[in-house]
Amino acid sequence: MNNIDKELLSEISDTFNEEAEVYNIRKNGQSIKRQVNSYIDIITKTDKSGIDIYVKENTLFGIVHIPVIITQSGLTDVVYNDFHIGKNANVIIFAGCGIHNDKHKDSEHDGIHRFYLEEGAKVKYVEKHYGEGIGSGKKILNPTTEIYMKAGSSMTMDSTQIKGVDNTTRITKAELGTSTTLEISEKILTTGSGTAKTEFVVDLNGENASVHVTSRSVAEGTSYQEFISNITGNTKCYAHIECDAIIKDEGKVKAIPEIYAKNIDANLIHEAAIGKIAGEQLNKLMTLGLNESEAEEVIIKGFLK
Amino acid sequence: MLELKNISLKKDNKIILNNINLTFDDNKFYCITGPNGSGKSTLAKIIMGLITPDSGSILYNNRDITNLSVTKRAKLGIGFAFQTPVTFKGLTVYDILKIATGKEVLKKEACDILSKVGLCANEYIDRELNNSLSGGELKRIEIASVIGKNPNISIFDEPESGIDLWSFKYLTEIFKELGMKKRGTTIVISHQERILSIADAIILLEGGQIKEIGTKDTMLKNILSCPKGGTHE
Repeated sequence: MNNIDKELLSEISDTFNEEAEVYNIRKNGQSIKRQVNSYIDIITKTDKSGIDIYVKENTLFGIVHIPVIITQSGLTDVVYNDFHIGKNANVIIFAGCGIHNDKHKDSEHDGIHRFYLEEGAKVKYVEKHYGEGIGSGKKILNPTTEIYMKAGSSMTMDSTQIKGVDNTTRITKAELGTSTTLEISEKILTTGSGTAKTEFVVDLNGENASVHVTSRSVAEGTSYQEFISNITGNTKCYAHIECDAIIKDEGKVKAIPEIYAKNIDANLIHEAAIGKIAGEQLNKLMTLGLNESEAEEVIIKGFLK
Repeated sequence: MLELKNISLKKDNKIILNNINLTFDDNKFYCITGPNGSGKSTLAKIIMGLITPDSGSILYNNRDITNLSVTKRAKLGIGFAFQTPVTFKGLTVYDILKIATGKEVLKKEACDILSKVGLCANEYIDRELNNSLSGGELKRIEIASVIGKNPNISIFDEPESGIDLWSFKYLTEIFKELGMKKRGTTIVISHQERILSIADAIILLEGGQIKEIGTKDTMLKNILSCPKGGTHE
Protein backbone atom coordinates (compact mmCIF):
# COMPACT_ATOMS: atom_id res chain seq x y z
CA MET A 1 0.00 0.00 0.00
CA ASN A 2 1.25 3.46 -0.88
CA ASN A 3 0.83 6.67 1.11
CA ILE A 4 -2.46 7.61 -0.59
CA ASP A 5 -3.88 4.19 0.31
CA LYS A 6 -2.78 4.58 3.91
CA GLU A 7 -4.23 8.08 4.16
CA LEU A 8 -7.55 6.91 2.75
CA LEU A 9 -7.61 4.06 5.21
CA SER A 10 -6.92 6.33 8.14
CA GLU A 11 -9.72 8.68 7.01
CA ILE A 12 -12.34 5.95 6.86
CA SER A 13 -11.23 3.95 9.86
CA ASP A 14 -9.11 5.59 12.51
CA THR A 15 -9.09 2.39 14.55
CA PHE A 16 -7.69 0.17 11.78
CA ASN A 17 -4.14 -1.05 11.51
CA GLU A 18 -2.66 -4.16 9.97
CA GLU A 19 -2.26 -5.73 13.36
CA ALA A 20 -6.04 -6.05 13.50
CA GLU A 21 -7.14 -9.66 13.92
CA VAL A 22 -9.75 -9.85 11.21
CA TYR A 23 -9.87 -7.72 8.11
CA ASN A 24 -10.30 -7.62 4.38
CA ILE A 25 -8.90 -4.69 2.42
CA ARG A 26 -10.36 -4.13 -1.01
CA LYS A 27 -8.59 -1.82 -3.44
CA ASN A 28 -9.80 -0.89 -6.91
CA GLY A 29 -12.20 -3.82 -7.09
CA GLN A 30 -9.85 -6.49 -5.75
CA SER A 31 -9.31 -7.96 -2.34
CA ILE A 32 -5.65 -7.19 -1.57
CA LYS A 33 -5.15 -8.28 2.00
CA ARG A 34 -7.08 -10.47 4.39
CA GLN A 35 -6.76 -11.97 7.80
CA VAL A 36 -9.17 -14.13 9.77
CA ASN A 37 -9.22 -15.92 13.11
CA SER A 38 -10.89 -19.01 14.48
CA TYR A 39 -14.14 -17.18 15.29
CA ILE A 40 -14.58 -15.06 12.22
CA ASP A 41 -14.06 -16.28 8.69
CA ILE A 42 -14.07 -14.35 5.43
CA ILE A 43 -14.70 -16.21 2.17
CA THR A 44 -14.61 -14.78 -1.35
CA LYS A 45 -17.86 -15.13 -3.26
CA THR A 46 -17.67 -17.24 -6.40
CA ASP A 47 -20.80 -16.02 -8.19
CA LYS A 48 -20.16 -12.30 -7.93
CA SER A 49 -17.72 -9.81 -6.56
CA GLY A 50 -17.66 -9.71 -2.79
CA ILE A 51 -17.20 -11.65 0.40
CA ASP A 52 -19.15 -13.64 2.98
CA ILE A 53 -18.24 -12.92 6.58
CA TYR A 54 -19.15 -15.64 9.04
CA VAL A 55 -19.15 -14.88 12.76
CA LYS A 56 -19.50 -18.00 14.86
CA GLU A 57 -22.17 -18.44 17.53
CA ASN A 58 -21.35 -16.95 20.92
CA THR A 59 -18.34 -15.02 19.62
CA LEU A 60 -17.56 -12.26 22.09
CA PHE A 61 -15.96 -8.91 21.32
CA GLY A 62 -15.32 -9.79 17.69
CA ILE A 63 -13.94 -6.98 15.55
CA VAL A 64 -13.93 -6.98 11.75
CA HIS A 65 -12.55 -4.32 9.42
CA ILE A 66 -13.57 -4.33 5.75
CA PRO A 67 -12.31 -1.05 4.28
CA VAL A 68 -12.53 -0.27 0.58
CA ILE A 69 -10.23 2.15 -1.20
CA ILE A 70 -10.46 3.37 -4.76
CA THR A 71 -7.65 5.26 -6.42
CA GLN A 72 -8.35 4.30 -10.03
CA SER A 73 -10.21 7.09 -11.79
CA GLY A 74 -13.09 5.91 -13.97
CA LEU A 75 -13.66 2.71 -12.00
CA THR A 76 -17.15 1.58 -10.99
CA ASP A 77 -16.72 -0.97 -8.25
CA VAL A 78 -19.74 -3.03 -7.23
CA VAL A 79 -19.36 -5.34 -4.26
CA TYR A 80 -21.71 -7.67 -2.42
CA ASN A 81 -20.75 -8.34 1.17
CA ASP A 82 -22.88 -10.65 3.31
CA PHE A 83 -22.53 -10.84 7.06
CA HIS A 84 -23.74 -13.99 8.78
CA ILE A 85 -23.82 -13.34 12.51
CA GLY A 86 -24.25 -16.46 14.62
CA LYS A 87 -26.52 -16.85 17.63
CA ASN A 88 -25.56 -14.65 20.58
CA ALA A 89 -22.43 -13.45 18.82
CA ASN A 90 -21.28 -9.95 19.67
CA VAL A 91 -19.29 -8.15 16.99
CA ILE A 92 -18.20 -4.72 15.83
CA ILE A 93 -17.83 -4.23 12.09
CA PHE A 94 -15.96 -1.28 10.63
CA ALA A 95 -16.70 -0.66 6.97
CA GLY A 96 -16.37 2.30 4.68
CA CYS A 97 -14.95 3.52 1.44
CA GLY A 98 -12.43 6.17 0.58
CA ILE A 99 -12.06 7.43 -2.98
CA HIS A 100 -9.07 9.37 -4.26
CA ASN A 101 -9.74 10.80 -7.70
CA ASP A 102 -7.24 13.17 -9.27
CA LYS A 103 -8.51 12.75 -12.84
CA HIS A 104 -11.52 13.67 -14.95
CA LYS A 105 -13.39 10.37 -14.98
CA ASP A 106 -15.91 9.54 -12.29
CA SER A 107 -15.05 6.95 -9.64
CA GLU A 108 -17.87 5.02 -8.04
CA HIS A 109 -18.30 2.43 -5.34
CA ASP A 110 -21.60 0.62 -4.86
CA GLY A 111 -21.46 -1.52 -1.75
CA ILE A 112 -24.35 -3.86 -1.10
CA HIS A 113 -24.12 -5.12 2.46
CA ARG A 114 -26.55 -7.68 3.81
CA PHE A 115 -26.69 -8.57 7.47
CA TYR A 116 -28.26 -11.77 8.72
CA LEU A 117 -28.49 -11.70 12.49
CA GLU A 118 -29.38 -14.94 14.24
CA GLU A 119 -31.20 -15.04 17.60
CA GLY A 120 -29.57 -12.91 20.26
CA ALA A 121 -26.80 -11.60 18.01
CA LYS A 122 -25.47 -8.10 18.67
CA VAL A 123 -23.82 -6.02 15.97
CA LYS A 124 -22.32 -2.58 15.95
CA TYR A 125 -21.75 -1.46 12.38
CA VAL A 126 -19.66 1.64 11.74
CA GLU A 127 -19.50 2.93 8.19
CA LYS A 128 -17.60 5.98 7.01
CA HIS A 129 -17.41 7.41 3.52
CA TYR A 130 -14.84 9.87 2.29
CA GLY A 131 -13.67 11.41 -0.95
CA GLU A 132 -10.63 13.43 -1.97
CA GLY A 133 -8.60 14.44 -5.00
CA ILE A 134 -8.38 17.49 -7.22
CA GLY A 135 -9.64 15.91 -10.45
CA SER A 136 -12.92 16.93 -12.05
CA GLY A 137 -14.06 13.30 -11.94
CA LYS A 138 -16.78 12.78 -9.37
CA LYS A 139 -16.48 10.65 -6.26
CA ILE A 140 -19.69 8.63 -6.05
CA LEU A 141 -20.68 6.30 -3.25
CA ASN A 142 -23.91 4.32 -3.22
CA PRO A 143 -24.21 2.06 -0.18
CA THR A 144 -27.12 -0.31 0.18
CA THR A 145 -27.62 -1.99 3.52
CA GLU A 146 -30.10 -4.78 4.13
CA ILE A 147 -30.66 -6.01 7.65
CA TYR A 148 -32.55 -9.16 8.62
CA MET A 149 -32.95 -9.58 12.36
CA LYS A 150 -34.11 -12.70 14.18
CA ALA A 151 -35.64 -12.72 17.66
CA GLY A 152 -33.71 -10.95 20.40
CA SER A 153 -31.00 -9.60 18.12
CA SER A 154 -29.88 -5.99 18.12
CA MET A 155 -27.89 -3.77 15.83
CA THR A 156 -26.46 -0.28 15.96
CA MET A 157 -25.53 1.31 12.66
CA ASP A 158 -23.49 4.46 12.63
CA SER A 159 -22.83 5.91 9.19
CA THR A 160 -20.94 9.06 8.41
CA GLN A 161 -20.24 10.90 5.19
CA ILE A 162 -18.53 14.12 6.08
CA LYS A 163 -16.23 15.09 3.31
CA GLY A 164 -15.49 14.99 -0.37
CA VAL A 165 -18.25 12.77 -1.76
CA ASP A 166 -20.04 14.32 -4.74
CA ASN A 167 -23.08 12.12 -5.10
CA THR A 168 -24.56 9.42 -2.96
CA THR A 169 -27.67 7.31 -2.88
CA ARG A 170 -27.97 5.45 0.39
CA ILE A 171 -30.59 2.80 0.86
CA THR A 172 -31.15 0.97 4.13
CA LYS A 173 -33.77 -1.75 4.41
CA ALA A 174 -34.51 -3.71 7.54
CA GLU A 175 -36.86 -6.46 8.63
CA LEU A 176 -37.15 -6.78 12.39
CA GLY A 177 -38.25 -9.90 14.23
CA THR A 178 -39.56 -10.34 17.77
CA SER A 179 -37.91 -8.25 20.50
CA THR A 180 -35.27 -6.86 18.19
CA THR A 181 -33.70 -3.43 18.43
CA LEU A 182 -32.23 -1.43 15.59
CA GLU A 183 -30.60 1.94 16.11
CA ILE A 184 -29.38 3.88 13.12
CA SER A 185 -27.46 7.11 13.27
CA GLU A 186 -26.57 8.88 10.05
CA LYS A 187 -24.55 12.03 9.51
CA ILE A 188 -24.14 13.62 6.13
CA LEU A 189 -22.48 16.79 4.94
CA THR A 190 -22.89 17.86 1.34
CA THR A 191 -21.00 20.75 -0.16
CA GLY A 192 -20.64 22.43 -3.55
CA SER A 193 -23.13 20.95 -5.99
CA GLY A 194 -23.18 17.56 -4.26
CA THR A 195 -26.29 15.45 -3.82
CA ALA A 196 -27.28 12.91 -1.21
CA LYS A 197 -30.36 10.78 -1.20
CA THR A 198 -31.09 8.62 1.80
CA GLU A 199 -33.87 6.10 2.07
CA PHE A 200 -34.87 4.01 5.04
CA VAL A 201 -37.39 1.21 4.65
CA VAL A 202 -38.05 -0.62 7.89
CA ASP A 203 -40.66 -3.32 8.50
CA LEU A 204 -41.33 -4.04 12.14
CA ASN A 205 -42.68 -7.56 11.92
CA GLY A 206 -42.04 -9.06 15.34
CA GLU A 207 -43.75 -8.11 18.57
CA ASN A 208 -41.79 -5.58 20.66
CA ALA A 209 -39.45 -4.76 17.82
CA SER A 210 -38.09 -1.24 17.95
CA VAL A 211 -36.21 1.03 15.63
CA HIS A 212 -34.69 4.44 16.24
CA VAL A 213 -33.32 6.36 13.27
CA THR A 214 -31.46 9.62 13.80
CA SER A 215 -30.40 11.51 10.72
CA ARG A 216 -28.41 14.71 11.00
CA SER A 217 -27.34 16.46 7.88
CA VAL A 218 -25.89 19.72 6.67
CA ALA A 219 -26.33 20.98 3.11
CA GLU A 220 -23.91 23.73 2.10
CA GLY A 221 -23.23 25.52 -1.19
CA THR A 222 -25.84 24.55 -3.77
CA SER A 223 -26.00 20.95 -2.62
CA TYR A 224 -29.23 18.97 -2.39
CA GLN A 225 -30.33 16.29 0.03
CA GLU A 226 -33.36 14.09 0.19
CA PHE A 227 -34.38 12.04 3.21
CA ILE A 228 -37.04 9.39 2.77
CA SER A 229 -38.25 7.15 5.53
CA ASN A 230 -40.83 4.49 5.17
CA ILE A 231 -41.57 2.68 8.40
CA THR A 232 -44.27 0.04 8.73
CA GLY A 233 -45.46 -1.30 12.06
CA ASN A 234 -47.09 -4.67 11.50
CA THR A 235 -47.47 -5.59 15.16
CA LYS A 236 -46.93 -4.20 18.66
CA CYS A 237 -43.76 -2.22 18.05
CA TYR A 238 -42.06 1.13 18.44
CA ALA A 239 -40.38 3.39 15.92
CA HIS A 240 -38.87 6.82 16.32
CA ILE A 241 -37.44 8.63 13.33
CA GLU A 242 -35.65 11.94 13.75
CA CYS A 243 -34.47 13.92 10.77
CA ASP A 244 -32.64 17.16 11.54
CA ALA A 245 -31.02 19.20 8.84
CA ILE A 246 -29.15 22.47 8.71
CA ILE A 247 -29.13 24.39 5.46
CA LYS A 248 -26.49 26.94 4.57
CA ASP A 249 -25.91 29.15 1.55
CA GLU A 250 -28.21 27.85 -1.16
CA GLY A 251 -28.39 24.30 0.16
CA LYS A 252 -31.69 22.44 -0.15
CA VAL A 253 -33.09 19.59 1.91
CA LYS A 254 -36.28 17.63 1.38
CA ALA A 255 -37.67 15.21 3.98
CA ILE A 256 -40.37 12.75 3.05
CA PRO A 257 -41.60 10.85 6.06
CA GLU A 258 -43.96 7.92 5.79
CA ILE A 259 -45.07 5.94 8.81
CA TYR A 260 -47.66 3.25 8.42
CA ALA A 261 -49.24 1.58 11.45
CA LYS A 262 -50.93 -1.67 10.57
CA ASN A 263 -51.59 -2.71 14.14
CA ILE A 264 -53.40 -0.96 16.99
CA ASP A 265 -50.33 -1.39 19.22
CA ALA A 266 -47.85 0.04 16.76
CA ASN A 267 -46.36 3.27 18.11
CA LEU A 268 -44.61 5.19 15.34
CA ILE A 269 -43.16 8.68 15.64
CA HIS A 270 -41.54 10.82 13.02
CA GLU A 271 -39.89 14.18 13.67
CA ALA A 272 -38.28 16.34 11.05
CA ALA A 273 -36.73 19.77 11.39
CA ILE A 274 -34.96 21.66 8.64
CA GLY A 275 -33.61 25.16 8.93
CA LYS A 276 -30.63 27.42 9.06
CA ILE A 277 -28.47 27.69 12.15
CA ALA A 278 -30.53 29.39 14.84
CA GLY A 279 -29.56 33.00 15.46
CA GLU A 280 -29.57 32.52 19.23
CA GLN A 281 -27.05 29.68 18.92
CA LEU A 282 -24.69 31.96 17.02
CA ASN A 283 -25.31 34.75 19.54
CA LYS A 284 -24.59 32.50 22.48
CA LEU A 285 -21.25 31.38 21.09
CA MET A 286 -20.36 34.94 20.09
CA THR A 287 -20.98 36.10 23.68
CA LEU A 288 -18.36 33.52 24.61
CA GLY A 289 -15.84 35.09 22.24
CA LEU A 290 -16.20 33.21 18.95
CA ASN A 291 -16.72 35.13 15.73
CA GLU A 292 -19.65 34.23 13.49
CA SER A 293 -17.79 31.82 11.22
CA GLU A 294 -16.08 30.11 14.17
CA ALA A 295 -19.48 29.77 15.85
CA GLU A 296 -20.98 28.25 12.69
CA GLU A 297 -18.13 25.78 12.46
CA VAL A 298 -18.52 24.71 16.09
CA ILE A 299 -22.29 24.27 15.69
CA ILE A 300 -21.97 22.19 12.51
CA LYS A 301 -19.12 20.11 13.87
CA GLY A 302 -21.09 19.38 17.02
CA PHE A 303 -24.26 18.66 15.07
CA LEU A 304 -22.47 16.08 12.94
CA LYS A 305 -20.32 14.70 15.77
CA MET B 1 -16.10 51.24 34.46
CA LEU B 2 -18.99 50.97 32.05
CA GLU B 3 -20.92 54.04 30.98
CA LEU B 4 -24.12 54.28 28.97
CA LYS B 5 -24.71 57.70 27.49
CA ASN B 6 -28.05 58.83 26.07
CA ILE B 7 -29.07 55.35 24.92
CA SER B 8 -32.35 55.38 23.04
CA LEU B 9 -34.20 52.78 21.00
CA LYS B 10 -37.52 52.75 19.20
CA LYS B 11 -39.26 49.79 17.64
CA ASP B 12 -42.31 50.12 15.41
CA ASN B 13 -42.55 53.77 16.48
CA LYS B 14 -42.75 52.71 20.12
CA ILE B 15 -40.17 53.97 22.55
CA ILE B 16 -38.33 51.02 24.10
CA LEU B 17 -35.54 52.98 25.79
CA ASN B 18 -35.44 56.71 26.19
CA ASN B 19 -32.21 58.54 26.88
CA ILE B 20 -30.64 56.12 29.33
CA ASN B 21 -27.59 57.37 31.20
CA LEU B 22 -25.93 54.98 33.60
CA THR B 23 -22.53 54.34 35.11
CA PHE B 24 -21.52 50.93 36.41
CA ASP B 25 -18.51 51.03 38.70
CA ASP B 26 -15.97 48.25 38.96
CA ASN B 27 -16.48 45.48 41.51
CA LYS B 28 -20.10 46.37 42.24
CA PHE B 29 -23.26 44.28 42.02
CA TYR B 30 -26.15 45.98 40.21
CA CYS B 31 -29.72 44.88 39.75
CA ILE B 32 -31.90 46.33 37.04
CA THR B 33 -35.55 45.87 37.84
CA GLY B 34 -38.90 47.14 36.66
CA PRO B 35 -42.21 46.00 35.25
CA ASN B 36 -42.48 43.74 32.21
CA GLY B 37 -41.81 45.66 29.04
CA SER B 38 -39.83 48.38 30.80
CA GLY B 39 -36.77 47.74 28.62
CA LYS B 40 -34.55 45.87 31.08
CA SER B 41 -33.58 42.95 28.83
CA THR B 42 -33.20 45.25 25.85
CA LEU B 43 -30.77 47.39 27.82
CA ALA B 44 -28.76 44.32 28.84
CA LYS B 45 -28.61 43.16 25.22
CA ILE B 46 -27.48 46.62 24.11
CA ILE B 47 -24.55 46.42 26.54
CA MET B 48 -23.58 43.02 25.08
CA GLY B 49 -24.01 44.25 21.51
CA LEU B 50 -26.87 41.90 20.73
CA ILE B 51 -29.10 44.88 19.96
CA THR B 52 -27.92 48.15 18.42
CA PRO B 53 -29.41 51.34 19.88
CA ASP B 54 -30.74 54.08 17.62
CA SER B 55 -28.58 56.62 19.42
CA GLY B 56 -26.22 57.02 22.32
CA SER B 57 -22.88 55.54 23.18
CA ILE B 58 -21.32 52.91 25.41
CA LEU B 59 -17.93 53.47 27.00
CA TYR B 60 -15.97 50.70 28.62
CA ASN B 61 -12.97 51.94 30.58
CA ASN B 62 -13.25 55.16 28.55
CA ARG B 63 -13.14 53.30 25.24
CA ASP B 64 -16.13 53.73 22.94
CA ILE B 65 -17.45 50.24 22.26
CA THR B 66 -20.78 51.29 20.73
CA ASN B 67 -19.89 49.91 17.33
CA LEU B 68 -18.00 46.84 18.47
CA SER B 69 -19.39 43.40 17.62
CA VAL B 70 -20.63 40.94 20.22
CA THR B 71 -17.45 38.89 19.75
CA LYS B 72 -15.18 41.88 20.32
CA ARG B 73 -17.09 42.92 23.43
CA ALA B 74 -16.84 39.33 24.71
CA LYS B 75 -13.10 39.43 24.11
CA LEU B 76 -12.87 42.73 25.98
CA GLY B 77 -14.39 41.03 29.01
CA ILE B 78 -18.17 41.32 28.85
CA GLY B 79 -20.20 38.17 29.51
CA PHE B 80 -23.91 37.52 29.10
CA ALA B 81 -26.24 34.82 30.42
CA PHE B 82 -29.38 34.54 28.34
CA GLN B 83 -32.84 34.59 29.87
CA THR B 84 -33.78 31.54 27.84
CA PRO B 85 -30.76 29.24 27.76
CA VAL B 86 -29.71 28.24 24.28
CA THR B 87 -29.64 24.53 23.44
CA PHE B 88 -27.43 22.79 20.90
CA LYS B 89 -27.74 19.41 19.24
CA GLY B 90 -24.42 17.66 19.49
CA LEU B 91 -22.60 20.08 21.78
CA THR B 92 -22.01 18.87 25.31
CA VAL B 93 -21.80 20.81 28.55
CA TYR B 94 -18.05 20.19 28.44
CA ASP B 95 -17.83 21.63 24.91
CA ILE B 96 -19.57 24.85 25.99
CA LEU B 97 -17.40 25.23 29.08
CA LYS B 98 -14.27 24.76 26.96
CA ILE B 99 -15.45 27.50 24.61
CA ALA B 100 -16.35 29.72 27.56
CA THR B 101 -12.95 29.46 29.16
CA GLY B 102 -11.27 30.04 25.80
CA LYS B 103 -8.73 27.31 26.36
CA GLU B 104 -8.35 23.55 26.43
CA VAL B 105 -9.50 22.96 29.97
CA LEU B 106 -9.27 19.54 31.52
CA LYS B 107 -12.52 17.84 32.33
CA LYS B 108 -11.76 18.23 36.01
CA GLU B 109 -11.45 22.00 35.64
CA ALA B 110 -14.74 22.12 33.74
CA CYS B 111 -16.31 20.02 36.49
CA ASP B 112 -15.10 22.53 39.07
CA ILE B 113 -16.90 25.33 37.20
CA LEU B 114 -20.07 23.25 37.04
CA SER B 115 -19.88 22.50 40.74
CA LYS B 116 -20.02 26.24 41.42
CA VAL B 117 -23.61 26.29 40.16
CA GLY B 118 -24.54 23.33 42.28
CA LEU B 119 -24.59 20.63 39.64
CA CYS B 120 -23.04 17.27 40.31
CA ALA B 121 -20.42 17.69 37.62
CA ASN B 122 -19.82 14.05 36.71
CA GLU B 123 -23.49 13.58 35.91
CA TYR B 124 -23.68 16.54 33.58
CA ILE B 125 -20.32 17.22 32.00
CA ASP B 126 -20.77 14.85 29.04
CA ARG B 127 -24.44 15.47 28.51
CA GLU B 128 -25.66 17.12 25.35
CA LEU B 129 -26.86 20.66 25.91
CA ASN B 130 -30.37 19.98 24.72
CA ASN B 131 -33.91 19.81 26.00
CA SER B 132 -33.34 16.53 27.81
CA LEU B 133 -32.03 18.81 30.57
CA SER B 134 -34.59 20.59 32.74
CA GLY B 135 -35.10 24.35 32.66
CA GLY B 136 -33.31 24.70 35.99
CA GLU B 137 -30.38 22.60 34.84
CA LEU B 138 -30.04 24.56 31.60
CA LYS B 139 -30.21 27.82 33.53
CA ARG B 140 -27.43 26.78 35.87
CA ILE B 141 -25.28 25.63 32.95
CA GLU B 142 -25.94 28.97 31.25
CA ILE B 143 -24.72 30.74 34.39
CA ALA B 144 -21.74 28.36 34.60
CA SER B 145 -20.75 29.37 31.06
CA VAL B 146 -20.47 33.00 32.21
CA ILE B 147 -18.64 32.04 35.39
CA GLY B 148 -16.27 29.93 33.27
CA LYS B 149 -15.61 32.88 31.00
CA ASN B 150 -14.77 34.94 34.08
CA PRO B 151 -15.54 38.31 32.46
CA ASN B 152 -14.94 41.73 33.96
CA ILE B 153 -18.59 42.57 33.43
CA SER B 154 -21.10 39.73 33.91
CA ILE B 155 -24.67 40.31 32.77
CA PHE B 156 -27.43 37.91 33.80
CA ASP B 157 -30.80 38.39 32.13
CA GLU B 158 -33.57 37.25 34.47
CA PRO B 159 -31.72 34.25 35.83
CA GLU B 160 -34.72 33.31 37.94
CA SER B 161 -37.17 32.93 35.07
CA GLY B 162 -38.38 29.45 34.26
CA ILE B 163 -36.82 27.68 37.20
CA ASP B 164 -38.28 25.85 40.15
CA LEU B 165 -38.14 27.04 43.74
CA TRP B 166 -35.37 24.63 44.68
CA SER B 167 -33.17 25.80 41.82
CA PHE B 168 -34.00 29.41 42.68
CA LYS B 169 -32.74 28.92 46.24
CA TYR B 170 -29.46 27.67 44.79
CA LEU B 171 -29.38 30.55 42.36
CA THR B 172 -29.57 33.19 45.08
CA GLU B 173 -26.66 31.47 46.82
CA ILE B 174 -24.61 31.73 43.61
CA PHE B 175 -25.34 35.43 43.32
CA LYS B 176 -24.63 36.02 47.00
CA GLU B 177 -21.23 34.45 46.42
CA LEU B 178 -20.66 36.58 43.33
CA GLY B 179 -21.71 39.68 45.26
CA MET B 180 -19.38 38.93 48.12
CA LYS B 181 -16.38 38.36 45.87
CA LYS B 182 -16.42 41.97 44.69
CA ARG B 183 -14.48 40.94 41.62
CA GLY B 184 -15.67 42.48 38.41
CA THR B 185 -19.01 44.14 37.80
CA THR B 186 -22.17 42.08 37.99
CA ILE B 187 -25.39 43.28 36.38
CA VAL B 188 -28.49 41.19 37.02
CA ILE B 189 -31.87 41.80 35.46
CA SER B 190 -34.32 40.57 38.07
CA HIS B 191 -37.69 40.94 39.72
CA GLN B 192 -36.82 38.83 42.71
CA GLU B 193 -36.47 40.40 46.12
CA ARG B 194 -33.90 37.84 47.21
CA ILE B 195 -31.65 38.77 44.31
CA LEU B 196 -32.34 42.50 44.59
CA SER B 197 -31.35 42.33 48.25
CA ILE B 198 -27.82 41.26 47.28
CA ALA B 199 -27.24 44.31 45.10
CA ASP B 200 -25.04 47.27 45.94
CA ALA B 201 -27.33 49.39 43.78
CA ILE B 202 -30.75 48.92 42.20
CA ILE B 203 -31.85 50.62 39.00
CA LEU B 204 -35.58 50.87 38.43
CA LEU B 205 -36.70 51.14 34.83
CA GLU B 206 -40.20 52.09 33.80
CA GLY B 207 -41.49 52.75 30.32
CA GLY B 208 -37.98 52.70 28.91
CA GLN B 209 -36.71 55.35 31.31
CA ILE B 210 -34.74 55.29 34.53
CA LYS B 211 -37.25 55.93 37.27
CA GLU B 212 -34.93 55.68 40.22
CA ILE B 213 -31.47 54.56 41.25
CA GLY B 214 -30.39 53.86 44.77
CA THR B 215 -29.08 51.46 47.33
CA LYS B 216 -31.04 48.35 48.19
CA ASP B 217 -31.97 49.85 51.55
CA THR B 218 -33.79 52.79 50.02
CA MET B 219 -35.03 51.12 46.85
CA LEU B 220 -36.33 47.78 48.07
CA LYS B 221 -38.87 49.36 50.40
CA ASN B 222 -40.30 51.50 47.60
CA ILE B 223 -40.34 48.70 45.06
CA LEU B 224 -42.01 46.26 47.43
CA SER B 225 -44.70 48.77 48.29
CA CYS B 226 -45.85 48.85 44.62
CA PRO B 227 -49.24 47.29 44.09
CA LYS B 228 -48.92 43.80 42.59
CA GLY B 229 -48.95 43.84 38.84
CA GLY B 230 -48.88 47.60 38.81
CA THR B 231 -46.14 50.12 38.27
CA HIS B 232 -44.26 52.16 40.75
CA GLU B 233 -46.53 55.12 40.36
